[in-house]
Amino acid sequence: MIAFVKKYEGLWLFVHSPAAIIAAIVAALIFVGAVFAPWIALVNPYDLASFSLFDGLLPPAWEDGANPKFILGTDDQGRDMISSILYGARLSLVIGLSALSIAAVLGVGLGLAAGYYGGRFDAIVMRIADVQLALPAILTALLIDGIARGILPASIQQDLRVAVLTLAIALSLWVNFARTARASTFLQMNKEYVQAAIMMGQRPTRVMFVHILPNILGPLLVIMTVDLASAILLEATLSFLGIGLPADSPSLGTLIRIGMQFLLSGEWWILWIPTLFLVALVVSINILGDFLRDVFNPRLR
Amino acid sequence: MVYFILKRMVQSVFVMLAVAFLAFSLFRFVGDPITQMTGVETSVKDQERLREELGLNDPFIYQFTRFTGDLLKGDFGFSYRTRQPVAKMIASRIPATLELGVVALIISLLVGIPAGVYTALKPRGVLTQTILMTTLVGVSIPTFVIGIMLIFIFGVQLGWLPTFGRGGTVQIGGWESSLFSVDGWRALLLPAITLGVYQLTLTMRLVRAEMTEVMRSDYIRFAMARGVPTASLHYRHALANTMVPVITIIGLQFGGVIAFSIVTESVFQWPGMGLLFLESIRFVDIPVMGVYLVVIAFFFVLVNLVVDLLYVAIDPRLRIKDVS
Repeated sequence: MIAFVKKYEGLWLFVHSPAAIIAAIVAALIFVGAVFAPWIALVNPYDLASFSLFDGLLPPAWEDGANPKFILGTDDQGRDMISSILYGARLSLVIGLSALSIAAVLGVGLGLAAGYYGGRFDAIVMRIADVQLALPAILTALLIDGIARGILPASIQQDLRVAVLTLAIALSLWVNFARTARASTFLQMNKEYVQAAIMMGQRPTRVMFVHILPNILGPLLVIMTVDLASAILLEATLSFLGIGLPADSPSLGTLIRIGMQFLLSGEWWILWIPTLFLVALVVSINILGDFLRDVFNPRLR
Repeated sequence: MVYFILKRMVQSVFVMLAVAFLAFSLFRFVGDPITQMTGVETSVKDQERLREELGLNDPFIYQFTRFTGDLLKGDFGFSYRTRQPVAKMIASRIPATLELGVVALIISLLVGIPAGVYTALKPRGVLTQTILMTTLVGVSIPTFVIGIMLIFIFGVQLGWLPTFGRGGTVQIGGWESSLFSVDGWRALLLPAITLGVYQLTLTMRLVRAEMTEVMRSDYIRFAMARGVPTASLHYRHALANTMVPVITIIGLQFGGVIAFSIVTESVFQWPGMGLLFLESIRFVDIPVMGVYLVVIAFFFVLVNLVVDLLYVAIDPRLRIKDVS
């Protein structure tokens, strides 16, 4: 019985936390909408033939002069807002998740190795991490983006925007993973099972990835959730600043930047609806992250 | 003590050298300076002569030493885009960013510290729960969205405050300040709040965590048992002991303020260093990017040194250690 409760403790806590449930539902809805965007969306915002200027600037369905076909209205080009948002969220999530995966693989790999080998390797990795930690993520990402602009020839730059953006975000987020993985690995190194595995002559990579990694996953999972929110925010911010994605492949941040042009005119929905989606997505992921941290760290409860 | 400060200063010099090296690498290896400076019609021979004249064929270490020497003399080179000296471009932007950052930091401390103390002392209160929930949402709302919301409410709907630019500024010995006119303050208010909100939540969470920790400690319990008045207990005994970590965070926050000022300046078209940096990235204006990095690093290092000195001022234990 106790084993049963222990095993499903997380689930029990989840069912009893309304904030976590709502956050999970909101995040899941946006996620599913983004994944199935090509099948749900009314128009394809990348395909000029699928929308028409005559449908431009229509308000949401509940306001006067709306076309019920476009529930959340249209922008100045006549694109359906829901479609733009779904495709935008899709791009934001793709970039956020890929950047996060790269950051996690790089950071956890370096952190595990630093904790396992210690010594000079550890010192070098941690000094680099310290320097990067002193620079806020957004500055690092902007810098990497700027360097990429200088190095890459102009002809392929547009095609590589997504890759450059993903890499810039990944390289500004790996430090968290590395530091957590290293600290947890240090704790595990003294445990008998690790010592036994080393004594049996197993290869270091096997000890690191088969024995230590599964035991330090908890804290890493928490970082992953929190950093997914950071990655999405970072992408949105860069796109908002006009450094990220171009206007013809809009992510949520780009949509908000375009919407800014309508701040002074009456078309509020072009700005506020994408903003609402972005904030809802990030707030729900952050609430889930807080929840996971409480589950994995019972002392804070 | 003196040894400690000296050690930190030597470390700072190394940090600055590392940043200078980064800036130099940017300058030297991202794009070719010669192609940036010459037009299409310049012959290859002339390009080579210019390369030789500018010393770009010299050994790497020699070039780097010269670069660092120029930086120390305040010669930061010329912008690719405007052909003006970078030093002048950056210097004219420093007051705007510094004033914005300092006012934002002050806002975050004036609100963050009391809120942190309150939430730590009354952990189960309704107001505490509300504040904590608000800060969670506050952390999740991107800076630029907060800026847009403030512009929309106070600039567009209510029409109380200007939505962009610095308003009226006053010249004081070459320092263009917006702190000495009503107009300047009106323009400063929205950007400073936007920039301060995120730092505010960080300050509050940290003060709360530290206060909660200190309130559990033995000396506070003893003071309580001794019958020390509550106000004195909270502020003289508890809060004073949370100040060392709080000051560390303020030092670190300065970095955040500078970085996020890029976003805030972009939203409000605030003519500071961040906006200049953003333009330089857009136009691949490498000299401006490099010098921005060096200047920012210099401020970082300076603030961290001051923070180290403040430790000693605040925590008497550090002074005693020196005697022994």
